[in-house]
Amino acid sequence: MAALLGLSPAHWAALLSGLSWTVFLSLVGFLAGGLVGFGVALARISESAIVRRISLAYVNLIQGTPLLILMFVLYFGLPVLGLEMPPLAAACIAMTLFSAAYLGEIWRGCLEAVPRTQWEAADCLALARWERMLLVILPQALRIATPPTVGFMVQIVKNTSIASVIGMAEMTYIGKLINNATFQPFRTYLVIAALYFALCYPLSWLSRRLERKLNVAHR
Amino acid sequence: MSPIVSFRDVHKSFGAVPVLKGVSFEIPKGQVVALIGRSGSGKSTALRCIDRLETIDRGSITVCGHAVSDPNINLRKLRQDVGIVFQSYNLFPHLTVEQNITLAPRWVKKADRRKAHELARDVLAQVGLLEKIDAYPEQLSGGQQQRVAIARSLAMHPQVMLFDEVTSALDPELTGEVLKVIEELAKQGMTMLLVTHEMAFAARIADRIIFMHQGLIHESGSREILRSPSTPELKNFVGAGL
Repeated sequence: MAALLGLSPAHWAALLSGLSWTVFLSLVGFLAGGLVGFGVALARISESAIVRRISLAYVNLIQGTPLLILMFVLYFGLPVLGLEMPPLAAACIAMTLFSAAYLGEIWRGCLEAVPRTQWEAADCLALARWERMLLVILPQALRIATPPTVGFMVQIVKNTSIASVIGMAEMTYIGKLINNATFQPFRTYLVIAALYFALCYPLSWLSRRLERKLNVAHR
Repeated sequence: MSPIVSFRDVHKSFGAVPVLKGVSFEIPKGQVVALIGRSGSGKSTALRCIDRLETIDRGSITVCGHAVSDPNINLRKLRQDVGIVFQSYNLFPHLTVEQNITLAPRWVKKADRRKAHELARDVLAQVGLLEKIDAYPEQLSGGQQQRVAIARSLAMHPQVMLFDEVTSALDPELTGEVLKVIEELAKQGMTMLLVTHEMAFAARIADRIIFMHQGLIHESGSREILRSPSTPELKNFVGAGL
C-alpha cells in the first residue's frame, strides 16, 4: 500500500493505536476525574470547615504543581516506597487527580452560582440537604456547568500527551517512535497535531455553542 | 391554647450590629399580625428567625410547639409547620408550576403522584391560577409567580404563614391580586405574620399591628393604633406612609 502523507501503513496503524490510548486516557480523566471532582466540589462547599480546608488544600496542591511532575512522582517516585505501577496505571491516576481538582473547582463555582435564595426556598419547604442538592440546586447548576465542563475536556485531551514521558504509548509517544524511525519530525508532528486538533476542535465548538444556547435560555 | 408563635426576649446581632434587642410577642392561633416599621428596624430578621433562617443570640422562640432556639431542633418538622413567602418569589425556574408545588409534598410528605396532582389543583384553584398548572415560572407575571409561591407553601398545609414583603417587587396592579389571595387566607382563619409596607392593607386585615423601631417593639395593638398612634415614632412612620 502506498504511503499516506509520507507515513507507512504500519506507522498509521501505530498512530491509530496511540490515538485510541489518548482517547482512553481522556475518558478516564473525564469520568474518574469527574466522579472524584464532584466529591471535591461538594467538599469545597461543605458545612464542615475541616472538610472545606482539606479539599481546598488538595485543589491548591494539584493546581500548583505541573501535571508532568505529578506523573513523575507517581511513576518514578512511588517505586522508591515499594509501590510500583505500570505507566498506564500511573497515567490514569495522574489524569484523575488532575481533572478532579480542576473540575471540582469549576463545579464549585457553578453550585455557588445558583442564587442563595434558591437554597433558602428549598430549606423552607422542609427538603433535606441531599434533596435540596439533587432536586433544586444540581439541575440549575448543571446548566451553568455544561459549557465550561465541555471546554475543560479539551484541556484533558491535550494534557494526556504528558503521559508520553513515563512511557505510556499514547499518540505523542508513538509520534516520537515514528520520528526516531523516519527522521521526518515536521511531517510526523504535523500529522499528530492534526489528529489532536480533530479531537479537540469539536469539543471547543460544542462548548461555545452550548454557552450561547444556554445563555439565551437564561437571558 | 398555647400560641402558634412566641418570642421571648429575643436578641440577635449581625456582627457588631444589634438587630433585635429583646423582642417579645405572641401570635395566637388564627390571628393575623402585621409587622411594620422602617427598613432596618428588624422586622424581616424577626420573621426569618421564626423559620430558623437566622439563629438568635439570646432569648427563646417557640413555633407550633418546636423550640426553635434549641440547637438540636428537628428543622424538617419545624419547616413543615411553617409556610414562608419571600419578596422575590423564589420559584424553582427549572420546574413547572405543578412540579414546584408538588416537590415538597412528594419528597417530604411522601404523597403519591395522583394525590400530589390533586393537591396542586386544590391550592392553585385557591390562588386562582389553575390554568397555569403546566407553565414555567418565567412564563408568568410577577404577581402570578407570587401567587404560585403562596400556593407552593399552602400545599404543605402549614400551621402558620409568614409573608416577607411579598408585594414589594410588584407594581400596584399586581400587588392587588396578591393581597386578595392573602386576604382570602385570613378569612379562612389562617394564622399569619405579615411584614409589609402596605399600611392600608395591614389596617384592613390585621388583627394586631406590631410597630418595630430600632430593634424593639415600639408600639403594638389593634389596627386602631395606625389611626391614632400614641408614640411620635409611629405617628411619623404612619404620616410618612400616607
